Amino acid sequence: MKIVTKVLEGVADIQIFPIIGLIIFFTLFVALIIHVARMSREEVEEYSHLPLEDDNDKSNVHDQ
Amino acid sequence: MELQKFAYDNRLVRMFMYATILWGLVGMLVGLTVALELIFPHMSASIPWLSFGRLRPLHTNAVIFAFVGNGIFTAVYYSTPRLLKTPMYSELLGKIHFWGWQLIIVSAALTLPFGYTVGKEYAELEWPIDLAITIIWVVFGLNLIMTMVNRRTKHIYVAIWFYIATFVTVAVLHVVNSINFPVSFLKSYPVYAGVQDALVQWWYGHNAVAFFLTTPYLGLMYYFIPKAANRPVYSYRLSIIHFWALIFLYIWAGPHHLLYSSLPDWAQALGVVFSVMLIAPSWGGMINGLLTLRGAWDKVREDPVLKMFVVGVTAYGMSTFEGPMLSLKSVNALSHFTDWTIAHVHIGALGWNGMLTFGMLYWLWPRLFNVKLYSRGLANAHFWLSTTGMLFFAIPLYFAGFTQSLMWKEFTEEGFLKYPNFIETVVQILPMYYIRALGGTLYITGILLMIYNLVKTTQAGKFIPFEEDQAPALHVQHHGSDKGHRVIESKPVLFTVLSLVAILIGGIVEFVPMFMVKSNVPTIASVKPYTPLELQGRDIYLREGCYLCHSQMVRPFRSEVERYGDYTKAGETVYDHPFQFGSKRTGPDLAREGVKTSPVYKPASWHYNHFLDPQRVVAQSIMPPYPWLIKNDLDISTTPKKIRVMQKLGVPYPEGYDQKANDELMKQAREIAGTLRQSGIEVSENKEVIALIAYIMRLGVDIHENNSLGQK
Repeated sequence: MKIVTKVLEGVADIQIFPIIGLIIFFTLFVALIIHVARMSREEVEEYSHLPLEDDNDKSNVHDQ
Repeated sequence: MELQKFAYDNRLVRMFMYATILWGLVGMLVGLTVALELIFPHMSASIPWLSFGRLRPLHTNAVIFAFVGNGIFTAVYYSTPRLLKTPMYSELLGKIHFWGWQLIIVSAALTLPFGYTVGKEYAELEWPIDLAITIIWVVFGLNLIMTMVNRRTKHIYVAIWFYIATFVTVAVLHVVNSINFPVSFLKSYPVYAGVQDALVQWWYGHNAVAFFLTTPYLGLMYYFIPKAANRPVYSYRLSIIHFWALIFLYIWAGPHHLLYSSLPDWAQALGVVFSVMLIAPSWGGMINGLLTLRGAWDKVREDPVLKMFVVGVTAYGMSTFEGPMLSLKSVNALSHFTDWTIAHVHIGALGWNGMLTFGMLYWLWPRLFNVKLYSRGLANAHFWLSTTGMLFFAIPLYFAGFTQSLMWKEFTEEGFLKYPNFIETVVQILPMYYIRALGGTLYITGILLMIYNLVKTTQAGKFIPFEEDQAPALHVQHHGSDKGHRVIESKPVLFTVLSLVAILIGGIVEFVPMFMVKSNVPTIASVKPYTPLELQGRDIYLREGCYLCHSQMVRPFRSEVERYGDYTKAGETVYDHPFQFGSKRTGPDLAREGVKTSPVYKPASWHYNHFLDPQRVVAQSIMPPYPWLIKNDLDISTTPKKIRVMQKLGVPYPEGYDQKANDELMKQAREIAGTLRQSGIEVSENKEVIALIAYIMRLGVDIHENNSLGQK
């Protein structure tokens, strides 16, 4: 245990850590919402069709 | 635009598919075995490596890392190249990854049943295997990231974000939680001790659920549900928010596994708050998956693949609702240490992971073998067997959980425990264990049907090793006006680093204060290191997996203090490398087992007879016998090395104590053998059982008295 404590002993002002964490998360989350809201319809359409583009296996027949 | 031609390699996908099925079957058969052992304690026939405590880690490791692990890699190796329009970066890395991973699984199967274990749930594997896991995991990550670098699409689809988060986080979790100090080739002690070890372990344990069982399967969901339903995901915007919110929040929630334990309250509160918040992204993901099927519900009625996906995603929704509920302290007070937890994790494993895997396999098989599925009827039968199997498994255990917990807590009008004898609460729920085993049998029958169906399909078809595709090179498509999140999406390495930062924040905020601030673990002067004999006994306790059925954590409730003795303090565990709080009470708590004034105290002769034949002492007990402890000689050649390692980890044995340790060990062993002789039991002092009895009778005594056995 001492090994670990020693490594961390140099860290000052740890009480500020949670606050920094909160600020980072909150800022990122807001930025994310803004980004997502501003995405264009075509862009969203294009991205969401990515898994369906490689359908060169003409293979829905396989299921039937 | 010039089109480039390339081919997707299906051969590795096929190998991972086979491995998924093989290990799935093995892991679940071991699961059924341990379920039956709880009903028939003599089933293991006194063979050490068949006993519950040794097989249970094999079951959990096989299902998590072998079955789900290979399932993840099947999905990754199939979907990643197709989403990025490029073959996987390196065939060689892929092969090393495959064979390395299978070798790790085999080495787990060859060590866990023989008692080589660190003694931390889901992180049981010893240090050489841990090292191998690290290397193979890096090989996997390298292959994945380099494939992203080589891609021909500008945007990286959300499924791959989930794969990347999986790679990064599992790497961090595994390395931090597996920092162990080797004693010998297959024995090591964690550098952390007591509550700090507990915090690291459950940060790992919880996030193994999050980043091994959840995020990669969300990636799988975001790829295979749109494929199977042949329509795009319901909301791509939601998937972006889902991703970042989920990975950021998940990493904080670990402490909810330690509610009412001696972990500091601030850390428990942190775990609760983040667990409750987790409902939002989890349900966002579930809704996104289910609503992808809007307008396709007629297909769901007929297609076994979609049926399995729907039940899988619904199970995800149920367990991610249940998880936050179980994280509320008042609910956890009732649920913790009971079968409720077992039911909860099996909704996740059998429902979410199992059903998604089966759906994926049924979808992939006809495509890779270029033939119709052999029998849709059998696949439907499999669907019903798994669904009912899961319910027959989980519902009885919910009842068992409520029932037992309420019985533990019930007082008579006079203020005494209504069921002071633990065994009464076990007998009450035994019928539920029978139904659980039936549920497991149904589930496995389904898998056997699947194997038959897929073998028949394979025989009828012809494997397609390569699939041709074409796409323009990436540089042709550049627009050069990207900003914000789009920049991140187009830079895989930056994306990886940012995911790492997101998950590190939570870990650091929890760990640094926990390790730094002295008041988090108030020291208790009378708590002393274990004697050499007790230390050896403790290692036997770990080897036999006692912690899988017995906790060492009396929570601060009147019902528990009354039943077991004083509640456990953080300072009592400072020399516990690893901690042994446990997570399930199939048998009673042992934290105060050695305290003479405690209601659970038993003399050495009781323990001896109980290890030899539990049912002779407690007729209805479901504990298996441990006759080999009485037969085996204790290996004391390891004592000096163990003492030296403990000293390095900060346990205050005096200088040069390693040389005297075995003398003291023998002295204490003779005392215990002498006590046993007085009760009419003839046993040599150099048997393993003596060491285990020494350890058990030391538990919890330090804060009560200072006269435990041996010299301190």
